[in-house]
Amino acid sequence: MGFEKRKDLLGIKDLSREEIEQILDTAVPMKDILKRDIKKVPTLRGKAMVTVFYENSTRTRTSFEIAGKYLSADTVNLSVSTSSVQKGESLKDTIRTLEVMGFDLMVIRHSVSGTPHYVARNTGIRVINAGDGANEHPTQALLDMFSIREKKKTLEDLKVAIVGDILHSRVARSNIYGLTKFGCEVRVVGPATLIPPEVEKLGVKSYYSLDKALKGVDVINVLRIQRERQQKGLFPSLDEYSELYMLRPEHLKKAKEDVLVLHPGPMNRGVEISSEVADGSQSVIEEQVTNGVAVRMAILYLMMGGTKDEIIN
Amino acid sequence: MRLLIKGGRVIDPANKVDKVLDILVENDKIVETGQNIYAEDCINIDAENKLVCPGFIDIHVHLREPGFEYKEDIYSGTRAAAAGGFTTICCMPNTEPVADNKSVISFIKEQARDKGVVNVLPIGAITKRQQGQELVEIAELFKVGCVALSDDGRPVVRADIMRYALEYAKMFSLPVLSHCEEPALSQDGQMNEGFYSTYYGLKGIPAAAEEIMVARDIILAKLTGAHVHICHVSARGSLELIRRAKEEGIKITCEVTPHHLTLTDEIVGSYDADTKVNPPLRSKEDVEVLINALSEGIIDCIASDHAPHHKEAKDCEYSAAAFGISGLETSVAVTMSLVHQGKIGLSDWVALNTIGPAQVLGLDKGTLNKGRAADITIIDPEMVKKVDPTKFYSKGKNTPFKGMEFKGWPWMTIRGGRIVFEDGKIKA
Repeated sequence: MGFEKRKDLLGIKDLSREEIEQILDTAVPMKDILKRDIKKVPTLRGKAMVTVFYENSTRTRTSFEIAGKYLSADTVNLSVSTSSVQKGESLKDTIRTLEVMGFDLMVIRHSVSGTPHYVARNTGIRVINAGDGANEHPTQALLDMFSIREKKKTLEDLKVAIVGDILHSRVARSNIYGLTKFGCEVRVVGPATLIPPEVEKLGVKSYYSLDKALKGVDVINVLRIQRERQQKGLFPSLDEYSELYMLRPEHLKKAKEDVLVLHPGPMNRGVEISSEVADGSQSVIEEQVTNGVAVRMAILYLMMGGTKDEIIN
Repeated sequence: MRLLIKGGRVIDPANKVDKVLDILVENDKIVETGQNIYAEDCINIDAENKLVCPGFIDIHVHLREPGFEYKEDIYSGTRAAAAGGFTTICCMPNTEPVADNKSVISFIKEQARDKGVVNVLPIGAITKRQQGQELVEIAELFKVGCVALSDDGRPVVRADIMRYALEYAKMFSLPVLSHCEEPALSQDGQMNEGFYSTYYGLKGIPAAAEEIMVARDIILAKLTGAHVHICHVSARGSLELIRRAKEEGIKITCEVTPHHLTLTDEIVGSYDADTKVNPPLRSKEDVEVLINALSEGIIDCIASDHAPHHKEAKDCEYSAAAFGISGLETSVAVTMSLVHQGKIGLSDWVALNTIGPAQVLGLDKGTLNKGRAADITIIDPEMVKKVDPTKFYSKGKNTPFKGMEFKGWPWMTIRGGRIVFEDGKIKA
């Protein structure tokens, strides 16, 4: 326990195992709410949150927004393309403006690592990091861990492979920080140019061969590959990337029989994941989205103050 | 006017002096150094328990004037220098307009004469507008008083242009100060590449970006026989290249900054842009090698790379922030911590701030010889103080040392026989 005492959620790095468990435990009854016919609960009535996205996103932003709405918080989306950011307003001024409008919580995504930390230092409002550069994407890792725990009944000592562009991936980093706290063996696999320097010091094993990396794993988390990486010369072609790293049904045979396949979305079918795998029986990709709403409800609920009883009753 | 500096521990490494002596200054010259000097009609300075050194010299300073007076100007920058214990500073040419012609250099010299409180020696650009394409009029810059050439802030990417610059500068014995960075490798980088760039998710600048250019410039120095000075060495690989070049007798000198000697890339995790500097703060291993090289004679001088910025340039997202540290007012205290920790000898440290930089640029400074200009830095080695940027004379408050406590601070700065800084205050 103790997550509810934090002002901000900036990264998994800072969280204890107990705090992660607290969030995941709280998300369980939240998921039940999502199954109800009438999903709205009054818990956060009178609280206001704003999502501020300096990078494109559909699912994360929508997920936060609907999570807030189900809990009866007032949610506003600041769309960067139409706000005064275009007029050259500094981030600090934008944040100050939102603060004096009376928001209780801000969800921020930014292409520059550390920006949520900078924002959190400069405002009294609670801040949730919805993805900063190549640093962290804590709510994604939490929903991934929720999805894994739900199916595997535990997070402890699992073998998890993360496939693709590890270098630029905040999803990979947050997953690494979270899963290693539960004793998982985390393996990262991708082309040498997309494996960050000294990654083993994060407590993971790194591989170039997909087959080797997948041997005996419980979970495969496939990352989205961005086309612009190829344009920057990090790998020769998308075709070659797919040849080496696209997850296909035959790869799953290397893993444990009950292996789970995750993907943070949006998917490039036929590039990093084949449709057979994405739509196959091992895939929990769609359920991840549902779990994302539940986990974000749990986080909003804990951060904006409610008690567990309120939810259950 | 006469000054009598009494009873201080005089450290003059060029003359191998380290003992308690008096120094008599008349007008702008040192007239006598010795024990129990008696003189009438003079200002007595009680320097007991203080270190009396030749005026400190910082050969790598950005004064920002003309063009960026909102970051720093010659008035504020020279006061920051005096408060930092420096009597002579060399200013880099990346101003607006660039100091690549006689008019800008003359303007800087005039401003320094009218508004400055320490000696300002201008450095001219290597290439016009620092674009790396055409040489500046080197003979003219030499004539008007430039002490060196540099495109600092950016490398001279074209090896042919660098070669011609070295050959041409050699005619005037002008050292070329090289900012070593291979831009294709450093592009978009925010911090040192290594474990911490992985851990903090910021794009790294590999040590190789520096080392490749150091290697190139050593080879060009060998080819041309010219003197290349490597600015702000940060990577241990660069030092190894420099050590071998020196052993081979190639005319290579180098400097290291206080921040590269004392801070590592670990502190970038605060995402406080005051930690953002180019070259970036490196790994613990690099810092250890840099410190060892100080006493091995591989490093010729300490230079602050004073890079003041206005608040908005640092108070923002990390990758939007400017590179640079405001260093003049902390250089002495920060590097003296290495003396207190026993990592470098006191006399070596003074040499790295005095005769060392003077020799790099061939300046007639850096000693307490009789007849020399009375540029003297007096340090209180026991003074303990926290770094408080709000009290800086520099307009640039950007320092990663803010709030840190150091022992050993400048106590008095005498430039040309005039006290310009005393006990925390500028006197001019």
